[in-house]
Amino acid sequence: MPKEMTRNITYRRHDPNSQPTSLHPPYRATIRRAPRKPLIVLPHTLSEITGPVYGHDDIAETDSDLTRQHAGEPLGERIILTGDVLDDGGRPVPHTLVEIWQANAAGRYRHQMDEHPAPMDPNFSGAGRTLTDANGRYQFVTIKPGAYPWSNHDNAWRPAHIHFSLFGPAFATRLVTQMYFPGDPLLPYDPIFQSVPDENARQRLISEFDLTTTKPDWALGFRFDIILRGREATPFEA
Amino acid sequence: MEPVPIPSQTVGPFFHLGCTAATRSVSDVAGPNAKGERVRLICRVLDGDGQPVNDAMIEIWQANADGKYHHPDDLQEKALDPDCRGFGRLATDENGTCIFETIKPGRVPGNMGKLQAPHLNVSVFGRGILRRLPTRIYFAAEASNSEDPILALVPEERRNTLMAHPDLHSRGHWHFDVHLSGEDETVFFDV
Ligand SMILES: [Fe+2]
Repeated sequence: MPKEMTRNITYRRHDPNSQPTSLHPPYRATIRRAPRKPLIVLPHTLSEITGPVYGHDDIAETDSDLTRQHAGEPLGERIILTGDVLDDGGRPVPHTLVEIWQANAAGRYRHQMDEHPAPMDPNFSGAGRTLTDANGRYQFVTIKPGAYPWSNHDNAWRPAHIHFSLFGPAFATRLVTQMYFPGDPLLPYDPIFQSVPDENARQRLISEFDLTTTKPDWALGFRFDIILRGREATPFEA
Repeated sequence: MEPVPIPSQTVGPFFHLGCTAATRSVSDVAGPNAKGERVRLICRVLDGDGQPVNDAMIEIWQANADGKYHHPDDLQEKALDPDCRGFGRLATDENGTCIFETIKPGRVPGNMGKLQAPHLNVSVFGRGILRRLPTRIYFAAEASNSEDPILALVPEERRNTLMAHPDLHSRGHWHFDVHLSGEDETVFFDV
């Protein structure tokens, strides 16, 4: 095969303790849905080092401001959510799609399957998307979601959280996660948060209050940096 | 902050809001004018009891008919096809099913200097799935499957779980079942 057909890019492998295992019985739904057979380690070919690319055409201006998607303002505590998307070498991941979805301030999703008897908010859809800028930075304006009950176990409540979906530069870097809030008393009881074995890795899921992005008389700032897998340094890289 | 990648968490049951509502879902992996053999791909997700999973999400990533990915790190001197972006994303319905419209991709280079057989790269997400499950879809009875360097890594008795099978009654329709767990568990990869 001619040399220019391949480029020796590979992405660093995860430290296994930094990621949840598929089977985590305290989170009951994993029992019927987690694979039990060993995963096959996939070498990184052109199929894994490429991935979908989104552009500005795919994004509307109000997509990143969840408080401006309706005629009126949603109820709840306004927040400004910022962060850097970086790779594990500290390099920014520019122009990559970041998608979020969340419950309203009362802990209710605008979703037909959400049966929590908390009020809907006609001015809140709870979904946003944006691209990181050239420095890997993103920003959303939204409201702080409420905690909500779920049927996993007796008196089970999810801590307040915002779902995040990121593509990064390649199939190998695809990631979906959840962002939590500092000091949430429900975190120790949440089997989804607790599914991450490594304590340090788990703490990365918790955003930080940020006075520097807090806007006087208007909204609290929270910071949530997201580190994706980076490329393995290789002397063969073109 | 130490540069350690962030942990994955489940998409939960309400991912439709952020990922597949309105314009966010993509069923046309390749548009109607894309070059190549048309494929209607009927995917189904089943749990360990064989029950359909109605809150899963499937993403597809594939090359065009010439075996070129729509991505800057694909440096092959092959033409892009503007009608084949190569990405698809759908939620499963109440029967655990979702249907993609695409084309059979061409062969792309693999590892060890070998060409790969035509395949689609797949990510499965869902409630109860704490980290995405990467798998692949190959085409049953494709001659080049026997030379594929990735299939060669899979124990022979499990390779069939990676095959889409042609529908016997409808030309161009292919079926692919994902078994998350259980006896027929699909091969998932550590990417
Ligand atoms: Fe949630």
